[in-house]
Amino acid sequence: MKLELDARHLLCPLPVIRTQDAVKHLQAGDKLLVHCTDPGAIHDIPTWCRINGHIVRDIHLDGRDITITVEVTDGVV
Amino acid sequence: MSGKRKAVALISGGLDSMLAAKVMLEQGIQVEGINFFTGFCVEGHTHAIRKQDSAKPKRNNALWVAEQLGIKLHIIDVIEEYKDVVLNPKHGYGANLNPCLDCKIFMVHKAQEWIKENGFDFIITGEVVGQRPMSQRKDTMPVVARESGAEDRLVRPLCGKKLPATLPEREGWIEHDWLYDFSGRSRKPQMALAEKYGFTDYAQPAGGCCFLTDVQYSVKLADLWKSRGERRYELDDIMLLKVGRHLRPRPHFKLIIGREEGENNFLEGYRKQFVHLRALNLDGPLALLDGVANDADIELAARLVCRFGKGRDAEEVEVVVTDKQGATRVLNVAPLTADAIPQEWYV
Repeated sequence: MKLELDARHLLCPLPVIRTQDAVKHLQAGDKLLVHCTDPGAIHDIPTWCRINGHIVRDIHLDGRDITITVEVTDGVV
Repeated sequence: MSGKRKAVALISGGLDSMLAAKVMLEQGIQVEGINFFTGFCVEGHTHAIRKQDSAKPKRNNALWVAEQLGIKLHIIDVIEEYKDVVLNPKHGYGANLNPCLDCKIFMVHKAQEWIKENGFDFIITGEVVGQRPMSQRKDTMPVVARESGAEDRLVRPLCGKKLPATLPEREGWIEHDWLYDFSGRSRKPQMALAEKYGFTDYAQPAGGCCFLTDVQYSVKLADLWKSRGERRYELDDIMLLKVGRHLRPRPHFKLIIGREEGENNFLEGYRKQFVHLRALNLDGPLALLDGVANDADIELAARLVCRFGKGRDAEEVEVVVTDKQGATRVLNVAPLTADAIPQEWYV
């Protein structure tokens, strides 16, 4: 399953919180595309993924728009 | 109950909570972190917004600390619940609109709820006796334990030696003698312990990690409440108080004027919620108009906005005014001179 999350115009840590909350409802193997504009998310969402065992598959920058693709795992670190 | 005991540590992103969690990890406790987002957290927001700060690291320190410690971190949105702490603090405010004691009680209470829901044994904080004038005094630390409901499941590893033994100490889950006896405002013991653990890179917030401790921010928040005739706020309100110049030329409206490109970009995200103004064909700030304004007010706002752009010395500047529905009109106005802007307009 692929889900999109609109976290544009939110400042960190809100994009991380929204990502965290969305991932809770996903299964291992699902993908979450997080759309955001806070440059802090480029660091924070991958950090959150590392400490929680999920994988960042892609970070795409288009001007001020950032799309981070997270692959959900079973969360075992 | 067998197996490793589990504790949740309140992780702010600063050194003290990092050390407190580490002390417990060293005692063999399984630790996870918890961090509460109130909306008032300083945590890199202004750096993220302002272009001139673009070279500064924008990491979230709580996440960074969790990664350094090798622990999970749960970031909890408490924006709605936290309003009651800000609006009705039982123990009152500090020097500004900072309800520090109620805030600590609230956060430990939320952690207490979390450990019950998640089967954890106790709570860790980085509090140090005598470090903060309101929430970390010898007489208020028992108040936090009692009113939060955490009681003796609240462990303060950095000053635990100076405090009565908690349940985890009495039960032998942790060693009382391995706790520390830090007290007072000196940071030297924490820095020495950081060195012992090999922590060389840690956040050293100047003036705390909460905007409510900031005098200018508190003045803006009080102005917001006064202008509305009631004490309430939404997340967007408190985010916008962190950005731009705030000028209130009339009691019924104020302007939020971007100070640089990054702030203008941030304010653009609010264009559909506010009447907004910007000079046409000239570099200058975006300004949001918060409140109710008639035509004379809007002309005054346009003249004021020009003052902060490239057209400030022109005889006349064209300013585009856009309403909330997106309809635009252009006003030709004379920029206000610097001495025509009373100091009391600045919030």
